[in-house]
Amino acid sequence: MTVRETFLELKRTPLYGTHKSLGARIVPFAGWEMPVQYSGVIDEHLAVRNACGLFDVSHMGEILITGPGAIKAVQRLGTNDIEKAVEGQCQYTPLCYPDGGVVDDCIVYRFGPERFLICVNASNTDKAFEWMRSEAGKMAAIRNVSADYAEIAIQGPFSAGILKKITDKDPAPVKRYHFIEAKAAGVPAIISRTGYTGEDGFEVYSAPDSAVKVWDALMDAGKDSGIKPAGLGARDTLRLEMGYPLYGHELSEKITPIEAGLGRFVALDKAGFIGREALKKQVEKGAGKAIIGFEMLEAGVPRQGYDVAALGVKLGEVTSGTHSPSLGRGVGMAYVDASLISPGINIDIMVRGRALKAKTVRTPFYSRQRGKIPA
Amino acid sequence: MEFPKDLKYTKEHEWVKLEGNVVVVGITDYAQDSLGDVVYVELPQEGVGVTKNESFGVVESVKAVSDLYSPVSGSVAEVNDAIVDNPEVINEDPYGDAWMIKVELSNAGELDDLMNADDYQKFIEEEK
Repeated sequence: MTVRETFLELKRTPLYGTHKSLGARIVPFAGWEMPVQYSGVIDEHLAVRNACGLFDVSHMGEILITGPGAIKAVQRLGTNDIEKAVEGQCQYTPLCYPDGGVVDDCIVYRFGPERFLICVNASNTDKAFEWMRSEAGKMAAIRNVSADYAEIAIQGPFSAGILKKITDKDPAPVKRYHFIEAKAAGVPAIISRTGYTGEDGFEVYSAPDSAVKVWDALMDAGKDSGIKPAGLGARDTLRLEMGYPLYGHELSEKITPIEAGLGRFVALDKAGFIGREALKKQVEKGAGKAIIGFEMLEAGVPRQGYDVAALGVKLGEVTSGTHSPSLGRGVGMAYVDASLISPGINIDIMVRGRALKAKTVRTPFYSRQRGKIPA
Repeated sequence: MEFPKDLKYTKEHEWVKLEGNVVVVGITDYAQDSLGDVVYVELPQEGVGVTKNESFGVVESVKAVSDLYSPVSGSVAEVNDAIVDNPEVINEDPYGDAWMIKVELSNAGELDDLMNADDYQKFIEEEK
């Protein structure tokens, strides 16, 4: 009975019916009923690497910060420096607590000095919104506008060519981590050259009641290029191959951006942002723990929560793991003692009581230009 | 989805085929479809004992880990090592090339507890 009640509270994106008609397997995720796969995780993964994949990411949250104090609010909340972004640019930033733990990691869209749209994780939308309001609500108007936007990600080498067919402005000149406002399938959209797959691609924000129109137009425009709908399963294997962090795995209230190797998104030279002192201390004195990448040297799939050991001593835990479709073997990330931070160290992953051999490696695990990156 | 008539089935989605005093064991079409892309399988060694309803191995898809439960008790007479190297065969041919182990029965009466194809098909429809 509890299960059924929980299920009734799940939200559906405007594309739910589309997913069902495409034969998707639907699972609960972060309070939403989301497609986990259509044709199969590996098939969808390879479609994104080699052609094009379409993801419904409408579950992501959007928070709008406006007013004369908007830039100050963003500067106080984020660890990155939004002054370094121009109008029409996006920027990745963690939001931290005073102790350096992470509230959420998000992408800030700079529309102007008085207008910022912040894309946050679905699982953290309410928490991040409350945090922003409590810490910066007096500096600017902060609104949760998640219900105003659907979001579709088109990812893969053919994305620009396919997207161009349905937009009134050519997306090809848009630089990575920049965005434009244009019409897609005849409806107003925000189009950013961003994504979570390691491939070229775009994320298209539109009004929820236009989402089906945009999705169908993209599927039709891409039908001769091998476009495929792709679910959360492929989204996870794709981001993992790139070593991208996922909140709740490589970032959390306990794991700081410095420990996660995201120091380049922490602008310590910027005054007054929340968490600065704690993060500065970690940079100066060393964090003691770190997120590392590793690759299995024997058959086996690492999973979150498995122990990481060396010479029989537990040194941490796996935060994410999978079978990499591009490499054909197990890869993962782990939160471990900082002594394991260099690549090439032999470690054991404890799988059902057995120690399976693995080796620390640099991330990304996969690179499009070079194929597999050697450790 | 296929449910061959000459097999018997468990509620854990394994199938069994009787060949003399030995039974062949695998997972069903429904099981492989639910798992998605199978990327890893762990099987017991020849000669070890297996017990009805207890785990004899593990199968992993990209997303999930699942135990394999033995439909019968007995000792493992043969292991299909080919699927360990090529686990994707489990998705391609669950009732054929992807058989998992052969078990020498210690209690042939246990076979009576298994479902026939029609009952298994009904069981799945109710589970959905």
